[in-house]
Amino acid sequence: MKGHYDLYLLLLPAVLFTAIFAYIPMYGVLMAFQDYSPARGIWGSAFVGLKHFEKFFSTYMAKQIITNTVVLAAYSLVVSFPFPIILALMLNYCVNKRFGKMVQTVTYMPYFISVMVLVGMMNIFFSTNYGVVNEVLKALGREPYSFMSSEASFRHMYVWSGIWQGTGYSSVIYFAALSGIDPTLYEAAELDGASKLQKIRYIDLPSIMPTVIIMLIMSAGSLMSVGFDKAYLMQNDRNSGVSEILSTYVYKVGLIDTRYSFSAAINLFNSGINFVILLAVNKISAKVGETSLW
Amino acid sequence: MSKKAQNKKIKVGNMTFDVVNTTILVIVLLIVLYPLYYVLIASFSNPDLVLTGKIFLLPKGFQTESYERVFSNPEIMQGYLNSILYTLVGTCINLAVTLSGGYALSRRDLRGRKGFMIFFTFTMFFGGGTVPTYMLVRKLHLLNTFWAMVIPNAMSVWNLILCRNFFEGNIPSELLEVAQIDGCRNGYFFYRIVLPLSKALIAVMVLFYAVGHWNSYMQPLLYLSDRTKYPLQLVLKNILISSQPDASLAGMNDRAEMYKQTEMLKYALVVVSSAPMIVLYPFVQKYFVQGVMVGSVKG
Repeated sequence: MKGHYDLYLLLLPAVLFTAIFAYIPMYGVLMAFQDYSPARGIWGSAFVGLKHFEKFFSTYMAKQIITNTVVLAAYSLVVSFPFPIILALMLNYCVNKRFGKMVQTVTYMPYFISVMVLVGMMNIFFSTNYGVVNEVLKALGREPYSFMSSEASFRHMYVWSGIWQGTGYSSVIYFAALSGIDPTLYEAAELDGASKLQKIRYIDLPSIMPTVIIMLIMSAGSLMSVGFDKAYLMQNDRNSGVSEILSTYVYKVGLIDTRYSFSAAINLFNSGINFVILLAVNKISAKVGETSLW
Repeated sequence: MSKKAQNKKIKVGNMTFDVVNTTILVIVLLIVLYPLYYVLIASFSNPDLVLTGKIFLLPKGFQTESYERVFSNPEIMQGYLNSILYTLVGTCINLAVTLSGGYALSRRDLRGRKGFMIFFTFTMFFGGGTVPTYMLVRKLHLLNTFWAMVIPNAMSVWNLILCRNFFEGNIPSELLEVAQIDGCRNGYFFYRIVLPLSKALIAVMVLFYAVGHWNSYMQPLLYLSDRTKYPLQLVLKNILISSQPDASLAGMNDRAEMYKQTEMLKYALVVVSSAPMIVLYPFVQKYFVQGVMVGSVKG
């Protein structure tokens, strides 16, 4: 193995950055069981056991925030998951290849828009004063509706804007899986007189199933870590009853109110649940199909 | 049913399928494209017409004043410059760390390979959270510095694994054997042989990382307090989300006019801030599917 030290040199930066910025902050787990004060540091602060967890679960906010997080995450996962698969199948069967390519390119585009711009655009389109959507409602003789500051519409706005932005990008992976299917399968099916729908049902869907399951596990694993970004930007006083989720709460409590330990406890609770869901989904899919993450 | 009748039935079925399929795709295309198109035409239109909902299909009352205001606003321009710097430097660091690390991990003769993989993948599922990371950045005296924007996120584990998979699948082991017989060092082999063979991977990595840097706002929100260091996304936040009038309107008395100007600035801002990434995309598009496919190979 002589002369291999330089292979480790190539790996060194990656190891260093991960050790520092991913492993060192894990001491935050300890913080959740302490009355942490920056002056005394992690080794000097007193341990208080589960105090902060108990405090969080005894607040009236806790139930609401957890419900908000779960509902938003589940709604988002269940509704948006099938769209990229359907789009990929439709593109795969598009008769005019150039048109298909164009649809593909255009549907990727929103992925490159930042969350900031996306929420800004939503503010523009759904504005009660001049937004296109409300102009159409007015033209139809309906009352304008304040989509962006209403508890009833927050979840729909969140999820469907996500579908608008992410479907094209997420479909790439299924599209790639579809293009990897052995063409002789289709030829055989055509000889047997299979229609296009039957080809989708009996060739395409079974072939991309492993990819679908991997993607499902991955999305389920991050289920409870619903993006801080969009919820935080869409949040306002009028919709905070449903838009306050664990990640936005952790940010506010931890970095704005500087209640470090309390925030770390909530964060730990959140990642704990994430991990359990990931393990559960992985187990289920390993039993049902033969696909699993490891 | 005779064979012929059956064939006909399938043919009709397939034709219906094609018509329905194409129709839905056209609708999808319009749904995705229209909001983008609308922002573009509205940004060039007369503010009064935009704000009374008169713009639908074509720009009316052509003007470029909104763009002039965007480009003459020092805060926006400073943000733009900052974003370009963070994106350029950040992406270079990302590439150096991820590509070299990914290559080392792809080598089967790397001792402890499995251990390293566990070391990296564990962080995908468990992290310390926002507050401890913030404390660390503070302790390292990175708060409010340029480096806070490019160092803490120097590498994404997901991309590292993507690189490893690509190198495993695309660099023939015979190449390495020949090079080793010639006494070629690993670093040299990586730099002179592996990288030139990995253009598709590099393109996809540039895209992923650059978009990430350009669009990031949580990191600057946490780590920067000096407004002159703000990237574009944070400058946008005040105008797009909080609807704060920009500085040039500070002395204005006419509230209605101020509101109009602020709203109009939004359209031009959306275009100006999203353009760089949307323009970058076509250059790497041809590598895109290939790159994502690499990621789908099980690691």
